[in-house]
Amino acid sequence: MNDKAAAPSLQAQLNILAQRTWMTVIAFAKFVATIAVTFLGLAALTFFIGRVVPIDPVLAMVGDRASNEVYEAARVQMGLDRPIFVQFANYIWDVLNGNFGMSISTRQPVLNDLIRVFPATLEMATLGIIIGVVIGVPMGVTAAAHRGTWLDQIIRTVGLLGYSIPAFWLGLVGLAIFYARLRWTGGPGRIDIFFDGLIPPVTGMMLIDTLLAGDIDVFWNAVSHLVLPATILGFFSLAYIARMTRSFMLDQLSQEYVTTARVKGVPEFLVIWRHAFKPIRIPLITVISLSYAGLLEGSVMIETIFSWPGIGNYLTTALLNADMNAVLGSTLVIGAVFIFINKFSDVMYRVLDPRARS
Amino acid sequence: MIISKQWLLDDAPKSRMQAQMGRIYVVGLQLTRNPLAMIGAIIIGALIITAIFAPWIATHSPIAQNLGDRLLPPSGEHWMGTDELGRDIWSRVVFGSQITLTIVLLVAVIAAPLGLIVGAIAGYFGGWADRVLMGITDIFLSMPKLILALAFVAALGPGIENAIIAIAITSWPAYARIARAETLTFRNSEFVHAIKLQGASSTRIIAHHILPLCTSSMIVRVTLDMAGIILTAAGLGFIGLGAQPPLPEWGAMISRGRVFILDQWWVATMPGFAIILVSLGFCFLGDGLRDVLDPKHGSE
Repeated sequence: MNDKAAAPSLQAQLNILAQRTWMTVIAFAKFVATIAVTFLGLAALTFFIGRVVPIDPVLAMVGDRASNEVYEAARVQMGLDRPIFVQFANYIWDVLNGNFGMSISTRQPVLNDLIRVFPATLEMATLGIIIGVVIGVPMGVTAAAHRGTWLDQIIRTVGLLGYSIPAFWLGLVGLAIFYARLRWTGGPGRIDIFFDGLIPPVTGMMLIDTLLAGDIDVFWNAVSHLVLPATILGFFSLAYIARMTRSFMLDQLSQEYVTTARVKGVPEFLVIWRHAFKPIRIPLITVISLSYAGLLEGSVMIETIFSWPGIGNYLTTALLNADMNAVLGSTLVIGAVFIFINKFSDVMYRVLDPRARS
Repeated sequence: MIISKQWLLDDAPKSRMQAQMGRIYVVGLQLTRNPLAMIGAIIIGALIITAIFAPWIATHSPIAQNLGDRLLPPSGEHWMGTDELGRDIWSRVVFGSQITLTIVLLVAVIAAPLGLIVGAIAGYFGGWADRVLMGITDIFLSMPKLILALAFVAALGPGIENAIIAIAITSWPAYARIARAETLTFRNSEFVHAIKLQGASSTRIIAHHILPLCTSSMIVRVTLDMAGIILTAAGLGFIGLGAQPPLPEWGAMISRGRVFILDQWWVATMPGFAIILVSLGFCFLGDGLRDVLDPKHGSE
């Protein structure tokens, strides 16, 4: 046997390694660059929205009885007399330093507010996506396996309902039925007023904090409050997840390897779950992360209905008070999380699917 | 000229109009074979008829207050009950269809052409035009739609006109993406080269030869998006940033009924059924249209 041809020299191996490392570095730099550019665009968008506000920010600061001198002084102090590009650069600098300005309604820096409210949204969205995946994926697989039957039609219609029911309406009806009539779940808020202030906030996530405090009663109370909004939120991600799972599965079930497996006599259950389901796990990760990001959006309406002290509720309160610093800060943070999750799912796809790597 | 089945299905149409009408006829025939699409078409048809003939379909005035009849449950006199000011909810829902239809039409009329033009220009010229236009598109797409619409309305001020503008601003990027993808597939085809050799300008090629080919996928996408537009508009109305009282906008009506949800459930739930019905109608119709017009992306 000719060993020379089979094993390249050490030098050549090192060269290949160096080349691969270099390519990884370039890929990573590209990834960081796209995130940076998208984020810059996002900041430009919020900056632009902040400028088209008809309310004069100076007037809001000094009040309409201020003299011209005071008005001018405030304008200069706020940097509004400088060229728009300088203002934008300052804005980017402030944002990078976490300085979103003060909220008019809470009289706190917007960043502090956002850090305080974000865990509540995260907790609800996480439980929501778990519900959506646990129910939605089997639903989609079942629909594909029974394609064209009444079962498929029902699942399809449930999926379309997810696109047609207003989240706030479902929240209201859910509260009226499950809280007011049946008393199965807790009402609005994260916890009964009775328990308010008993639990020291550590992570900001009620389920974890109550367990850390070792208070099982309060834990179950928090669960009873969380379950309804999270289920409703989960329903909306379920609609999308089930729909996509169904179409991925249909693609796989029409492949020849599935026919081969059936001809071999593999039980249908195994054909579906062991053969056809395996390759769709990777595209499903993208779908699930996209709907996880989408739940941030859905939570705006749900939080308003359930008086849930999260970022959605914070945003709507700020909107009604014309609290622009808080509005733009929340928009920017939600947008940034959205971008990050999207890009992250792209990367995951590439890491997990060898075909997408080259 | 006689419109007959034979004329519509002629293999060699003598005019462009004959060809187009023939195509519409065939698409219509295929739609009638899809039961869900027909249900959708009937719902949308009913919405349009309700909006046009609202004054005759409504049993009461949508804004007349009658405090003696406040918060009455559904009955023969008030089919959907009355609200906290004694206004007939059925009549308000009927008149609300006008607002919903207006919002949906205006958003489609603003956003779809804007997206089409941006996408076609980016796809046709390529290079820097493509990079800049698609960069802007991607920034809009990277934001959750509802949040962006909320921020715009907050900046522009509450009101139905601003809600329409905000929704349109957040809707066009998806259309730009589709138009660009379609344009890229035609850009190097022989018929485009042929017209170019005949001396047609870029504007002429885009306007007369590329945009018409994008319309069918655009119609599908716009129809499918209608449900989302209705939900966003209702959401803005619910938060109080969309249509202002006393306009009978469905989202705003739900918002007002929120306080009475426990005892007078009909005030908040009835407009919700209207929203669900109309959104579902657009979803059904859009699904059916996609199967007919865009079979390669159909869900089968």
